[in-house]
Amino acid sequence: MSAGAGNNSSMVSQPIPFREAAPPRLKAEQVSYAYSATDRSAPKFTLGPTTFEAQHREIVAILGPNASGKSTLLRLLAGLIKPLSGRVEVDGVEASELDLRMRAQRIALVQQESELLFPLRVWEYVLQGRYPYGKRLRFESDEDCLLAANALAQVGADELRDRWMDQLSGGEKQRVILARALSQQPSLLLLDEPTQHLDIGGKVELLRRLRRLADENRYTVVVVTHELNLAAEFSDRIVLLHKGKCLRVGSPAEVYEREVLEEVFEAPLEVETRPSGRPRVIVRSSH
Amino acid sequence: MLFALLFVVVVISLRMGTYPISVSEIVMTLFRGAFGHRDEIPSEFWLVVFGLRLPRIALGILVGAALSVAGAGFQALLRNPLADPYVLGVSSGAALGAILSLTFAPHVPGVIQLAAFIGAAATIASVYFLGRRGGQLDSATLLLAGIVAASFLSAMIMFLMTTLSGHELRGMAFWLMGDLSTPPPTPNVLEWLLFLFGVFAVAAGMIYATTSDLNLILTGEEEARHLGVNVRRVKLVVYISASVLTGLAVSVSGSIGYVGLLVPHVMRMIFGTDYRLLIPTSAIGGAIAIVLADTLARTVVAPTELPVGAMTALAGAPVFIYLMRRRVR
Repeated sequence: MSAGAGNNSSMVSQPIPFREAAPPRLKAEQVSYAYSATDRSAPKFTLGPTTFEAQHREIVAILGPNASGKSTLLRLLAGLIKPLSGRVEVDGVEASELDLRMRAQRIALVQQESELLFPLRVWEYVLQGRYPYGKRLRFESDEDCLLAANALAQVGADELRDRWMDQLSGGEKQRVILARALSQQPSLLLLDEPTQHLDIGGKVELLRRLRRLADENRYTVVVVTHELNLAAEFSDRIVLLHKGKCLRVGSPAEVYEREVLEEVFEAPLEVETRPSGRPRVIVRSSH
Repeated sequence: MLFALLFVVVVISLRMGTYPISVSEIVMTLFRGAFGHRDEIPSEFWLVVFGLRLPRIALGILVGAALSVAGAGFQALLRNPLADPYVLGVSSGAALGAILSLTFAPHVPGVIQLAAFIGAAATIASVYFLGRRGGQLDSATLLLAGIVAASFLSAMIMFLMTTLSGHELRGMAFWLMGDLSTPPPTPNVLEWLLFLFGVFAVAAGMIYATTSDLNLILTGEEEARHLGVNVRRVKLVVYISASVLTGLAVSVSGSIGYVGLLVPHVMRMIFGTDYRLLIPTSAIGGAIAIVLADTLARTVVAPTELPVGAMTALAGAPVFIYLMRRRVR
């Protein structure tokens, strides 16, 4: 098992990202992607060369307006699609070269929820995360059940265990989906717009939880989001995309410049620096 | 529990019929037969139980199990709870294949099953592509494509039945409604049944081997892929196996409707949605359903018989509508 993934280490949370000499957990090197409807037609959508790294315990936020290539980048990181050029490495191994099960043991992707065909209980759903470790034709082992229970506890959703998936609220469902990802015991946790259906309380709670998971359990977390201020508050690194190009990579303070953000989001914005040193974006009034 | 229920249904089915025979006599005949004491059984009991009723029941068990497993397989494959070999036109495709093989190669053993499989596989492939809209499998379009395919193929069957006289093609009702009353095509019934059950075991076993993958595919193909499921391979296995099962059932009983739809749904209500349980329970449940339906079909209007497909449609159509309405809401 990869170092520390998924176990309940009792390490104290550290506000400053912990740097290690080991190879970066996640490394995207000049990674790009083009998509075309047919072989002959011109590429419909591209993601230009993007380079960034993330260490253990870091949260990376991928920001950008709609159709800027955020989800494409996330799918590249997940190894779901093969880059046109460049490479994505997780713990030094190229993601898209990994065998399907091996990949699922290292990388967990939390996507926008999909429609369930038949009703499913929360517990069964979380146990699905144990699939990459399972043997064919076997039911889940005691260990699988223990890890799934741990995952539910980590997201504070023990009491949801016997509920039906389609009867959960948005926030509850998000926690359960996260629990399934945690029960995969990944080292890299990818989330595609996890805050989308949550109210502000739910958003803050989710990001706090991710921060804690990253700090205490050494996960590397990559989040695609539209929430500029929450991203500034909780993430260590920002990847800013615009029209399929990677514009900036760096800490929130480095990336959040008024001119850049205004150009990308096409809105009058203002950037303040809070006492914590983290930036805050507000909408500039026209008066 | 289901096995016990199946046994009870089998005994009841053996009991019902023109020749009167009591339950105790049936059980005695079965046990003596099973332990090789054939000489202790009165010869008319032997003929009625082992010669007439039991082969038909065995065939019913096979057809019911095959259709139900195929139905559960198609439901997962197409991610559509209303999928079923009959509704999707797969049974009609298999019937057409079977008729063509009876026309061109009437006496080659196994060819009818092969032809029915090819017919089934070709139908489901075309329905699958017709059911896509903008690259996505659309539930309603898929069902419409299935209905269109079924009616087109039924028309082809009727055309063939009318023009190809003089061949041993059985009746039109057999292919369109399903029927278990036709006697086996060979005098060596036991060997024939063993062949059919052998094919069933292989195909159903293949589907059973993919059940933990199917559970994840039902929650979403992309998610399943990301959890480590080789979605393409699993779908191919289920596609072929479910087509084999449909072809197998149709080649011996014609197209019996709604069993593949109904039985998996009832089993889901009782045992939950886990395919690892659903596939075996559907197999037994399907066997019970067909044996029961066939027993009713041959007794309610005795001395004549209804086709068993009429019985299953009587029960199945209302439930189909119920499921469809509940889904829409």
